[in-house]
Amino acid sequence: MAELHNDTIEARARQLVEEFALFDDWMDKYEYLIELGKSLPPLEPEYKTEAFRIHGCQSQVWIRPEFRDGRVYFKGDSDALITKGLVALLIRVLSGQPPEAIVNARLDFLDEIGLKAHLSPTRKNGLAAMIEQIRRYAQAYLQASRN
Amino acid sequence: MPASVDSTGLQTTFDVARVRADFPALHQRIYDGRPLVYLDNAATTQKPQVVIDRIRDFYMRENANIHRGVHYLSQLASDAYDEARRLVADFIGAPDPSQVIFTRGTTESINLVAATYGRQHVGKGDEIVLSAMEHHSNIVPWQLLCEEKGARLRVVPVDERGVLDLEALERSLTERTRLVAIAHVSNALGTVNPVREIIRMAHARGIPVLVDGAQAIQHLEVNVAELDCDFYCFSGHKMYGPTGIGILYGKAELLEAMPPYQGGGDMIERVTFERTTFNRLPYKFEAGTPHIAGAIGLGAAVAYLNGLGRAAVAHYEDELLRYATERLQEVPGLRLIGTAPHKVSVLSFVIDGVHPYDAGTLLDQMGIAVRTGHHCAQPLMDRLGLPGTIRASLALYNTREEIDALVEALHRVVRMLR
Repeated sequence: MAELHNDTIEARARQLVEEFALFDDWMDKYEYLIELGKSLPPLEPEYKTEAFRIHGCQSQVWIRPEFRDGRVYFKGDSDALITKGLVALLIRVLSGQPPEAIVNARLDFLDEIGLKAHLSPTRKNGLAAMIEQIRRYAQAYLQASRN
Repeated sequence: MPASVDSTGLQTTFDVARVRADFPALHQRIYDGRPLVYLDNAATTQKPQVVIDRIRDFYMRENANIHRGVHYLSQLASDAYDEARRLVADFIGAPDPSQVIFTRGTTESINLVAATYGRQHVGKGDEIVLSAMEHHSNIVPWQLLCEEKGARLRVVPVDERGVLDLEALERSLTERTRLVAIAHVSNALGTVNPVREIIRMAHARGIPVLVDGAQAIQHLEVNVAELDCDFYCFSGHKMYGPTGIGILYGKAELLEAMPPYQGGGDMIERVTFERTTFNRLPYKFEAGTPHIAGAIGLGAAVAYLNGLGRAAVAHYEDELLRYATERLQEVPGLRLIGTAPHKVSVLSFVIDGVHPYDAGTLLDQMGIAVRTGHHCAQPLMDRLGLPGTIRASLALYNTREEIDALVEALHRVVRMLR
């Protein structure tokens, strides 16, 4: 996936909202989400460890951050494809952004896609846990870069 | 199909279309107008109109606290509550209604026994025997008790099909065993355990048996006196009754000897600050204002099931399970988990290359409600080496058409995820 540095979080999110708007049927939206999941490069097995595991998900999820040149890059994976699709959405919008932008991102796009309404409460919790962990990583890098 | 009667005089068939009409929740369209296919009945069943009406009528006309007021409404409410207890006692063949205690559900019933009988009889080095297919509600209360008392659990294994190893069970009964706690039917596999035989084995050594009937009572005819079990527990909401109400049946002499569970309300006979004497059974175990509406609703559910004919229900569900078992094999890569020769309407399965959560999510989008995950039986999943399964659990109102819809949807799920 190309990492476009000059894209803002908002621009990338808008792009995703437009892509999902092409599908009327929810099964088609899920099909697209699954495709996004399938096309996300797998996380190397050595990083699928407890340290990078997100808790609160029904399926297993790992997200690994990397801080380079003032930006945070994320890689992630899941054993379930729909969950992996959600990871892919978050990575597409947030990876390669400056930590401050990630910390302050509003992420309304998940609502605009309608995903939240169509996710079961347990899965919603899982998504919330992913977002929280991503923000926590960004916050840590922000802190570190200020010191 | 009209109801018919076989040579033994039992009603053996029933009209599923007419039964479905009794359940308003089944006729909804969800998401983009898809008809609801509800196959999560092991978690909770839908409620027939008669149960809903009974609860509404109670609140509209009879609502009062019971066993205290001398006034008209209190009499009505008390009578209805007592009548519900009688209905339940008859339903399970309890010798006396006073042996039927209203609790919040199976989980509370088990906790009650652990906290009273358990604390009284289990000591350091003692053992409680469970099966590997128990759900968390029949594990954790015993675990807590064991921690408190320095006792331990002995777990009887199950084989690949989900059949309990009876020889191992027999071997695990020792002079240290204080109780056997066993599911009548496994929620994750549908296995029907030979509880009668297990009870006989345990009683031969003077060991009491608690049967967790949460997944059995809605499918099988249960007679606690014939079974000779010492305790039997179940929940109202899994048998077409309301949530928040359940039953603990116990043998009279055990219940009499057990200390109270919670203090306050109806469980008291006389209180002074020096000493309190406790009410007789069943009130000794019903502290505070009970779930009056729930109990009355459960009574209505029992009456409803009686009206359908229990043999007819069991026969219909067996047929449906057989049909579903056959049809599911058509799905490529599908493997049934739990293939015990004697089982009831639970179809637990995994599909090669398909994560249960993905399948559950997509089925939901197609209007089909199933359960995915470990079904609160994590030790069993660990034993079978699975992260979880997809579970379709059937009730008396499910149809062949709904099974067809499930199979068709699973084909689509497989296409999407592979």
